[in-house]
Amino acid sequence: MAPVLVAHGLEKRYRRVQALAGVDIEVGEGRLVGLLGPNGAGKSTLVKIACGLVRATAGSVEVAGAPAGSVAARRSLGYLAELFRFPAWMTADEVLALHQRLTGSTGGSSERGGLLELVGLPGARETRVGAMSKGMQQRLGLAQAMVGSPPILLLDEPTSALDPAGRRVVRELLEELRSRGTSVLLNSHLLSEVELVCDHVLIVDHGRVVAAGSPDELRREGGVEVETAAGARRFPDARRADVPRLVRELVAAGEDVYGVRVVTSTLEETYLEVVE
Amino acid sequence: MTAIVLYGLRESVRRKMFAVVIVLTLAFLALYAWGTHAAFRDTRSFVGPGQEQLDPNVIAGAIVEGLAMFATLFLGAVLSVFLTLNVVRGDAEAGLLQPLVVRPVGRARLLLARFAGAAGVAAGYVLVVYFATVGITYWAGGWTPDRVVSPGIELAAAVVVVAAIALAGSVFFSPIANGIGTLMVFGGGLLVGLLGEIGRAIDSQRLQRIAGGAWWAFPFDALYEDALHRLTADTTGFAEFVLRLGPFGGSRQAGTALIVWSAAYLCLVGAAALAAFSVRDL
Repeated sequence: MAPVLVAHGLEKRYRRVQALAGVDIEVGEGRLVGLLGPNGAGKSTLVKIACGLVRATAGSVEVAGAPAGSVAARRSLGYLAELFRFPAWMTADEVLALHQRLTGSTGGSSERGGLLELVGLPGARETRVGAMSKGMQQRLGLAQAMVGSPPILLLDEPTSALDPAGRRVVRELLEELRSRGTSVLLNSHLLSEVELVCDHVLIVDHGRVVAAGSPDELRREGGVEVETAAGARRFPDARRADVPRLVRELVAAGEDVYGVRVVTSTLEETYLEVVE
Repeated sequence: MTAIVLYGLRESVRRKMFAVVIVLTLAFLALYAWGTHAAFRDTRSFVGPGQEQLDPNVIAGAIVEGLAMFATLFLGAVLSVFLTLNVVRGDAEAGLLQPLVVRPVGRARLLLARFAGAAGVAAGYVLVVYFATVGITYWAGGWTPDRVVSPGIELAAAVVVVAAIALAGSVFFSPIANGIGTLMVFGGGLLVGLLGEIGRAIDSQRLQRIAGGAWWAFPFDALYEDALHRLTADTTGFAEFVLRLGPFGGSRQAGTALIVWSAAYLCLVGAAALAAFSVRDL
């Protein structure tokens, strides 16, 4: 699959602070890539450079083959900022109509209605932003990002203001987007959310990618636990491939084996290990 | 471009502040009508024996219209500052700007559109209030300025220059700092204009040179004084002398070079704002 977003050697310095120190990433077509990292790791800066909101100090980013920040690149992306607001006097429909005009979308009223339904706001078309809860505004922000069906979405903390039901809606929405072939770069603090929906995860710390891979790859094997008559026995250095040999040896030694479990670390454990 | 201009226009007129401006302006016009009526009535007795060449209607009309122009410029400048003080940094800090900037409209278009929206509202406001005061002055005393349309246009242009300064300031400063700074620049410009008048009254070349330099630095004052001058452009003799000593400084012909410079100044301030905005991290 051709990459929709490519960053090479990306660096950003804000005076004395090195926000990014040489980041390389690729987001393939229809892929859902999660960005994890502690506060100040450089995740939002990375997303903002891809959107053209922030200029890189060094390196390059291309969005759909065009340099980040160019009109062609901006035409290809939808963006939900971590901190955003729409004018309080606008209705949800007006917000989406404005963004339709800005993107040149010809979807009209049916696109606006469809997007509001997709984010779980079917009855909020004429509701003013000022009368919406934070969660509703967050959903409207998501709908706004999807105006014009861009091939890549850059979502910066899209579930930060949502309740568990709202997060579920977003998860389902992300899966729907993947099925449509839309690429998503998802910046989130919620490891469980990233673990559930992302195909690929990048863990960023101090402006560098410190771990990358699929959620399965990042969950490391942490030994084998065997349940015997004497209780659970842990073999910390053993791997899945060692299980048949271990069982044979235990049985040969006269032990009764009742169960075997390959122990894997969670994404959270991996995350804490690499960022600490 | 049209979408963002309309957005800017709606953003300008939908604020609660704009409703307050309308109410206060109506109050100002009512007070102006009352005061102007009284001014014309009370100045009829000004002309004594041997002063028949002094038309009290011209004196009262020009002075109150000059006052109205000062008030209109002030209100228009305050309005234009409030409409533009947060366009870049303020809106970016509030998170209003980012969803728009990432769209394929370009930062230059976005800034120009917001400027067009704010300047259009402020200039329109100034024109409406100016022509309202001209109408009230005619109703109260039957006096009309020697030039009716061009002073209003110059007054509106002065407010547009102030809007451009505030817009450029919004790229660099937080809304409060920008608002205070721009209004101080505006007040400073008017003050130096008055200083020039004092310089002419006491024949101080140095004060006149300072004021002349300030005209180039703050062309909104040059436009305002030229607009004042046009009110009584054809008035001569003792009446002209009295009006020149009027309470709002005087009127002074700016000349073509300064009018052209005002347009160039607007472009330069706009170009500086665009250049700074295009490289600003949001």
